[in-house]
Amino acid sequence: MRPGAIHTHSLRKSYQGMRAVCGISLNVEAGEMFGFLGPNGAGKSTMISMLSTLLRPSGGRALVAGIDVRDDPKEVRRRIGLVFQEPTVDTDLTVRENLAFHATLYGLGKHDARRRVAEAADLVGLTGRGDTLVRTLSDSMRRLLEIARGLLHEPGVLFLDEPTVGLDPQARAEIWEHLRELRHRRAITVFLTTHHLEEAEYCDHIAMVDRGRVVADDSPAALKRLIGTDRIHLRTGDDQAAAATLSDYLGLASAWGPDGLYVQVTDAATAIPWVCTVLRVPVHSIEVRRPSLDEVFLRYTGRTLDGASRPEVSL
Amino acid sequence: MTVDARPSVWSRLLRRLWWETRAAHVVWQRELLHYARNPARLIMTLAQPVVYLLVLGTGLGAMLPGGGGYPTYLFPGVLLMTVQAPAIAIGASVAVDREAGFLREMLVAPVHRVSLLAGRCAGAATVATCQGVLVLGLAGLAHIPYAPELMLALIAEMALIAFAMTAFVALLAVVISPTPTFHAALGCVLTPLVFLSGALFPIAGLPVWLTALMVANPLTYVIDLLRRTIAPYLARPEPAAVHSPVLMELAVTAGVGLLSVLLAARRLSRPR
Repeated sequence: MRPGAIHTHSLRKSYQGMRAVCGISLNVEAGEMFGFLGPNGAGKSTMISMLSTLLRPSGGRALVAGIDVRDDPKEVRRRIGLVFQEPTVDTDLTVRENLAFHATLYGLGKHDARRRVAEAADLVGLTGRGDTLVRTLSDSMRRLLEIARGLLHEPGVLFLDEPTVGLDPQARAEIWEHLRELRHRRAITVFLTTHHLEEAEYCDHIAMVDRGRVVADDSPAALKRLIGTDRIHLRTGDDQAAAATLSDYLGLASAWGPDGLYVQVTDAATAIPWVCTVLRVPVHSIEVRRPSLDEVFLRYTGRTLDGASRPEVSL
Repeated sequence: MTVDARPSVWSRLLRRLWWETRAAHVVWQRELLHYARNPARLIMTLAQPVVYLLVLGTGLGAMLPGGGGYPTYLFPGVLLMTVQAPAIAIGASVAVDREAGFLREMLVAPVHRVSLLAGRCAGAATVATCQGVLVLGLAGLAHIPYAPELMLALIAEMALIAFAMTAFVALLAVVISPTPTFHAALGCVLTPLVFLSGALFPIAGLPVWLTALMVANPLTYVIDLLRRTIAPYLARPEPAAVHSPVLMELAVTAGVGLLSVLLAARRLSRPR
């Protein structure tokens, strides 16, 4: 097993008879950006707590960076970085003091600590803010500080529990920009939980979890392929003629709606040039709808991620 | 083989010990920084014992027959209240940190919990002792001489008492959850303990059950310890309420502190 990888086998956790995680088996390769996607209460935080040795599993096995979380929790803790869902920076200390505090807890020498504090601050764009009191930082900067802190001791695995929860879209985009930058610069496994679909799209590998069970486990693209095809939404000057042309020339069946034509194709990017070439009627607009992870989740659980049970599915 | 392995075991142990000491040191430093950055907190915790000494000492003293000695009598209690305030505040912050998350960030670090708790209690002891030194400056108001040996002895005792109290409060904070229940428990236990310790009035002629509570009350011994440290320096020493050896009182205080640190650490390191 390569350092940095995570492997679990039917991992379980119950609280007083309530089953929060019911037998999860996962294989996260070293260096992957792994997304654990599910609605609130699906067992995501419980899973992270078990993998980071803060919770003892009720059953099953979990290896993190090659070490069993039950056999040697201390060694696991040394090899992981953890960013909690709730803020855990000390707001009465400065950025540098927070980082230095963490460096000492992880046994870094003074010289080493100073270098790594500077590196970590640079990685998340906090250079030059070393002496700022954390109380005066914006929410997204505090989050970035926590990520920097989690990286300080150069862990093989970084756990991020809902890294963008409670942030506005602009701050979310900023966090993600830094996470992508991190992956460029360091060979690190990132295990993150999220209930945002667009965040799951950034991952190499996702597992969808619902009520303590994994319902789907693959790359985002592969999961979407299961759902099938892209849909092209066309608005033309004469929908009837357009439908006939598409059927005659390209063999494409189209559905007729009040607001235009819907055509199912395997790959919209290659189909659109053909569609435009054969059509002899004016085309007002072309819109592509790719299968979304929400639809994948819906297919496996009968619910969408935000909890609606029977959403209206167009087409 | 065993001969080769020995030095490496020792050096590993030493490195480990150095690491833990540094961890305790930064936790200690964090507590001091917190106090240094919140001067308002410092002033407020300092105000209470001073008010007790000035208002209760002179006001109540004037009502008592021959009450000129009351401020002197009250002084150990004032010192106790001085160290008690930061000890409770910092001990109780374990509960706040546990819910706000900073404690979790410490707990996930590969450091022994004893180092984390010891650092915190040492931080509280340092803050409490600094405040105690300021209050000692008022000893003259209570007709207590500024003898250097007396001052040093009182400072050392206050440090020990603050350490033990912080550890004890931290233990309560770790054991009693949720936080509001803990705060309620703290208030309901501490006030009677102070009243029953002989800090404010001599406890004599109490009903049997109250005397039993007084004898079981750890603060009784803490007050007695301070009172007996001061007594030899007074022109007119007060009769002591309890007569247990000073060494035993010191040992009990230190023992309560250490035991609390160990028990709280044990409780914290047990994953739920």
